[in-house]
Amino acid sequence: MKAASHTARILISAVLTLLGLLLATFLIARVVPIDPALAILGDRASASSYEQTRKELGLDRPLYVQFGRYVASVARGDFGRSALTKNPVAQDIGRFFPATIELATGATLIGALLGVPAGLYAAARRGKVTDHVMRALGLFGYSVPVFWLGMMALVLFYADLGWVAGPGRIDTALEDFVPHVTGFIMIDAALSGDGEAFRSALSHLVLPALVLGYFSFAYISRMTRSFMLQELGQEYIVAARAKGLGERRVLWVHAFRNVRLPLITVIALAYAGLLEGSVLTETVFSWPGIGQYITNSLLSIDMNAVLGGTLVIGVMFIAVNLIADLLYRVLDPRAR
Amino acid sequence: MAKQIDDIVSLDPAEAYELSGAEVIGNVYSRLIDYDAAAPSKLKPDLAISWKVDADGKTFTFVMRDNARFETGKPATSADAVFSLQRAVMLDKAPAVILNAIGLTKDNVAAAVTAPDAHTVQIKLPKSLAPSFVYFCLTGVSASVVDKETVLSHQQGNDMGLQWLETHWAGTGPYRLVIWRPNEYYAFEANSKYWGPKPATRRIIVRQVKDASTQRLMLERGDVDYARNLDKDQLAALAKNPSIKFDKGIKSAITYLGLNQKNQYLAKPEVVEALKYLVDYDAIANAILGATATVHQSFEPVGFLGAISDQPYKFDPAKAKELLAKVGLAGGFNITMDVRNATPEPEIGQTLQAGFAQGGVKVELVPGDGKQVLTKYRARHHDIFLGEWEPDYPDPHSNAEGFIVNPDNRDNSTMKTPAWRNAWSDPAMMKAVADALVERDDKKRAAMYEKIQRDFMVHAPYVMLFEQVEVAAHRANVHGLTIGVTSEFDRYAGIAKQ
Repeated sequence: MKAASHTARILISAVLTLLGLLLATFLIARVVPIDPALAILGDRASASSYEQTRKELGLDRPLYVQFGRYVASVARGDFGRSALTKNPVAQDIGRFFPATIELATGATLIGALLGVPAGLYAAARRGKVTDHVMRALGLFGYSVPVFWLGMMALVLFYADLGWVAGPGRIDTALEDFVPHVTGFIMIDAALSGDGEAFRSALSHLVLPALVLGYFSFAYISRMTRSFMLQELGQEYIVAARAKGLGERRVLWVHAFRNVRLPLITVIALAYAGLLEGSVLTETVFSWPGIGQYITNSLLSIDMNAVLGGTLVIGVMFIAVNLIADLLYRVLDPRAR
Repeated sequence: MAKQIDDIVSLDPAEAYELSGAEVIGNVYSRLIDYDAAAPSKLKPDLAISWKVDADGKTFTFVMRDNARFETGKPATSADAVFSLQRAVMLDKAPAVILNAIGLTKDNVAAAVTAPDAHTVQIKLPKSLAPSFVYFCLTGVSASVVDKETVLSHQQGNDMGLQWLETHWAGTGPYRLVIWRPNEYYAFEANSKYWGPKPATRRIIVRQVKDASTQRLMLERGDVDYARNLDKDQLAALAKNPSIKFDKGIKSAITYLGLNQKNQYLAKPEVVEALKYLVDYDAIANAILGATATVHQSFEPVGFLGAISDQPYKFDPAKAKELLAKVGLAGGFNITMDVRNATPEPEIGQTLQAGFAQGGVKVELVPGDGKQVLTKYRARHHDIFLGEWEPDYPDPHSNAEGFIVNPDNRDNSTMKTPAWRNAWSDPAMMKAVADALVERDDKKRAAMYEKIQRDFMVHAPYVMLFEQVEVAAHRANVHGLTIGVTSEFDRYAGIAKQ
């Protein structure tokens, strides 16, 4: 009963969050001093086609009617058509979102697999050289602009050394030779048994995933270090050490067990953040992801696309948080 | 080819009006007549092999070639050409303004554009116009010939196939459009049904690469053969690389300042003239724009009929101060200037600000997103607007109309030309533009535009600054991109790789 009411509360809060998100985005787009009809038609359209477009967009109706209509069609699963790409927004999202998920997942894996041990190691050697090096690495990752780092990585590893493939998701010559099944280009290449396409896609993913992964690493390692330091100061750790337990056991079995929980939230937030926050990396690496899609649409006041994209990201945010919540319950009996 | 192509919103010739979309259409569709890239004021045959105008100056007749075919194998006939022109007018999307300019409207187009036989197209205009003007309008994107049968077979409701053609192709150009993935890439293949010489390169893929530095890296690495959006510093750096060469072409985009006549200071002719002396044209051209622009003080682009290259204004703060003192503004005044927050406009704005300050004119720069600045400009809420203007078709009337014609200066006017936006209405100049529009002798017509441009330089509340030069960097083993004055004349058919 308690669990059911908890789930209901989460769901209601998720729906309200989504509605709030829709309303906020909708209103922001309306107060921006840009004329959406003009944004679509360009500067030279005749007065009649201008009026016709305003009507088609429903801009002649009161604001609450426009919003009500939009919410009603979203409820039917219809995000409308993008003015920029002419495709149904749902179809566009189906194209661009897998690219972002591919990138964000690769980056988060790198960030978490390297960041957690690094944070742990730094905390265990607090004040020593390794700690300083880890902290400096983290601080650098925090401070350096992502587009600069992306460009430098391209210059070094792609242009100069030629170790990895350059911008885009796959070599230009292989464009469209991979059949679209899941939208995840590496999976689709693997499914079609095309080794060359798979290698090309992997080689294109490595650099942007490393660059974004470095930022995740910076965040995750710093948070891990700080959580660990907090745990290592607890009495039960002193007791464990006093009992003569090995340092590795103290760290991994005792301290890390308690750090896992807040780390789940940290990694989930880092992942969710990358889903919409990698637009600069996407630009530098010509990665056709959802961040670029929403940014382009926003600059063109392509509202269906902006609202659709924002909603999907919002849903992903909520879903990632729900998963984190679920993991919490699995790992921590007190939360059940 | 690496290029910024995220401005494409449609590939239907009746709808596409963005630069990259026009470039695609120029390569995959044919029109009745084409312009000569080497001499923009000359015409050449495309689907029509000959054309003439009757003595009344209203009836234009085009005889079409009989060897042009669509992909389906069906011949391209006058029925297709008539349908295409009527469709563009009836759909009334942005490019329709070009056909509206020659007098074709939703009400008259069905009767005005007809096909007396399978190879003849006849256009009867409601009033007599300069033939060169009509011809140049017909070289534009909206006059592209689409396959009537194919397009109508995809009609939904009354859309005349619009929704389908936005993302598909039904033309007779040297290339066929294989695919367009918005914000990602488009691909061309040589059109096997093309009646003319086969393109030198069989397949061309143009990829969206937003960041110019990334374009440069891809070019240097050899992952692309062309990089189209490099800035002047990148071009200067690449000039030292022996494996990179450049295709150049002057474009018709003019950078200018619009001076709103609603502003009490800018409404004074002496102030307008003073500002023209407070611009350090050469400094901006050399330090900021480099190879990507050239100083240009006339409103007609180089190469257009009657275009002049006079440059009467130089940076002369003393002369400007003298002019300002004449109207009691020796101490200067404060003013705002709207600029897009995209390179190089903020840099140009800052240099203009420094130059104006030498005459005592204190400029506050107001940066904004391109569409935001444009919305403000179209509402006449600016003081000074720094922006670009491109003609709709390669005829001098396009810019003459834009910069001069403003018959209704009220705030609710439906004709929002730059002249209206700057609240400037000069009946004498408007009459000169109207006269040039109907002059049937090309030489006389050219002379009329020359005079209009010189009068404009003196009287009009604009400071004309630069004309764009497109520099496309390419691998040394590839060459042959034609860069036209407007995007629809950027042609790929000559691109060859050794």
